[in-house]
Amino acid sequence: MIEGILIGLKTALTFQNIFMVMIGCFFGTIIGMLPGLGPMTAIALMIPITYGFDPATGLILMAGVYYGAVFGGSTSSILLNAPGVPGTVATSFDGYPMAQQGKAGKALAIAAWSSFAGGTLASIYLLFLAPSLSKVSLSFRSPDYFALMILGLTAIAAFSSKGQFIKAMMMVVLGLMLASVGQDSLSDITRFTFNNMNLTDGISFVLVVMATFAMSEALTIILKRNDPTEVAKKVSLTELGSIKINKEERTKMLKTIPRSSIIGFLIGVLPGAGATIASFLSYGMERNFVSDEEKKKFGKGSVHGLAAPETANNAACSGAFVPLLTLGIPGSGTTAVMLGALLGFGIQPGPRLYITNPEIFWSVIMSMYIGMVILLILNLPLIPYIARILAVPKNYLIPLILFFSITGIYVMSFNNFDIYLMIGIAVVATFMRLYDFPMPPLILAFVLGGLMEENLRRSLLISNGSWEFLWERTLTACILATTILIVLWHIYKTIVKK
Amino acid sequence: MNINTTKIISLLFFIFSAFYLYSAYQIRVFSFDENTPFNAKTFPIYLGYAGLFFSGLKIILPELNTIKVDHKNLEYKKTAILVLIAIIYGATILKVGYFLTTSLFLASSYYALGERRWLWIFLLSFPFVAAFMYLLHGVLDIYLRDPFLKFLGVMG
Repeated sequence: MIEGILIGLKTALTFQNIFMVMIGCFFGTIIGMLPGLGPMTAIALMIPITYGFDPATGLILMAGVYYGAVFGGSTSSILLNAPGVPGTVATSFDGYPMAQQGKAGKALAIAAWSSFAGGTLASIYLLFLAPSLSKVSLSFRSPDYFALMILGLTAIAAFSSKGQFIKAMMMVVLGLMLASVGQDSLSDITRFTFNNMNLTDGISFVLVVMATFAMSEALTIILKRNDPTEVAKKVSLTELGSIKINKEERTKMLKTIPRSSIIGFLIGVLPGAGATIASFLSYGMERNFVSDEEKKKFGKGSVHGLAAPETANNAACSGAFVPLLTLGIPGSGTTAVMLGALLGFGIQPGPRLYITNPEIFWSVIMSMYIGMVILLILNLPLIPYIARILAVPKNYLIPLILFFSITGIYVMSFNNFDIYLMIGIAVVATFMRLYDFPMPPLILAFVLGGLMEENLRRSLLISNGSWEFLWERTLTACILATTILIVLWHIYKTIVKK
Repeated sequence: MNINTTKIISLLFFIFSAFYLYSAYQIRVFSFDENTPFNAKTFPIYLGYAGLFFSGLKIILPELNTIKVDHKNLEYKKTAILVLIAIIYGATILKVGYFLTTSLFLASSYYALGERRWLWIFLLSFPFVAAFMYLLHGVLDIYLRDPFLKFLGVMG
């Protein structure tokens, strides 16, 4: 492992890669601060640029964007009670009251230090857990992988849909259907191309991500008359107050951070869960851990209440990399986008990544830590200024997002058809967003579609067409049982709510 | 049963799934593959049935939280204009070239969204695109096709 860490450090500490982490964190912070535009949009916009680099640098850039976006989301939660990303909603519960008491600078500092500590601790957990899990996952067979993908898709549908499980499952099926367009990987038979040569190679992953996130989010902002840049206009450079944290606050943070980082990391590892659930859960649990006197301060500017979700959401971001790096199966929409980008580089993440491309595996882990340091050193003092950059009116912001999306597709294919297809998918996605059809399940399904078919093919061929492979192995049966439990729990929750 | 837009979308998805399933059955596989446990149409057929199942459930089951969208407050005109500008951009980018079409796309989009300060419209279109092109083409070595600049002799 020491050798791996050194390889990772050697790759991550090159001038180019440090610069990429800085750019990624900075760009991610800007996008993350804008309500409605989350990490997936930020990463999607970066994909075409990453193709100009080697895979390790590309992934490092995207990881920087991811962290930056989560940190940016916290900033708008604290300063304006307008969370940029769902994972930072819980941050506003105590961050915003603190800002209203004239302690915005302090709240930002607590959030930044907690994010740093949470991310750092989670990177350490990842450092030890990922190689061991990679070794364990080498024993996984096709039926296990197939069951894991079913679990991942069901979980993301259950957790991302705010009580709209069937809608989310429809999006899963739609994602898998889109992934099935083009040549069959084994027989080369074309499917659903309708004699259109442009569809022979299938629909580009970047096209689907750009259309369903970047472009459709931009169109939704116009359609709903939202103005995300309003947030930045309200930020005052002079009224943030001191960013110093006193001894008492430090002591409180030292108690909260370790437990919240563990909760966040474990939730992040689970497929479909992610930063939102991690932050809410750690906020709720922290309330149970503290004294009665501290409990009363929750919702009114509690240090524990702010540090807990901030630690957990960053720890969950690191945790989400565990299934991606060790199993090659993303657990969230954001890591699904990264998987798609890696596949674009010709790299298949999974248990063997650790052996075949150690520089990618370790440099991503190391760059996470470097990203945390950069977020702390650069972004915290620069937050008020970054916020001012955001005051760019939406009249400029939206065309620029559309421009980056279309350019991304243009430089990849030099094909009008792809641009039309992207616009078409974006228009449909915008309309579906209005009626709360979630997009992350579609992306995850689209990315996993090919792998899922491949593993089902192997499983069915090995078992001679019988579906017994689903319960023949204990591991497969356990994974499927978990899937069934998630569905049953969701049905129970829906009935209780009714 | 209460008919709302979500149900209509689900019905459209049901029809789409039925069409997908029909197309899946039409996929021609090799004769030696026809009776194997898995061939090129097996997975799409399962997907077609899954689509029918979930959209069917959505149509049949009562809606717990009905999503209400206030269409009067939606900005359809500007959105449609932006989409139209993007389509024109897509149609001309290959023939005219990246620089001119992208600059015009940006300038017209700013204008369509209500911007009237011409200096800013200009600065954030032509010089901005030139700088971006330099970054992509000159620094990152990403090829950009541009017949217009080639005609002017600016780009090789």
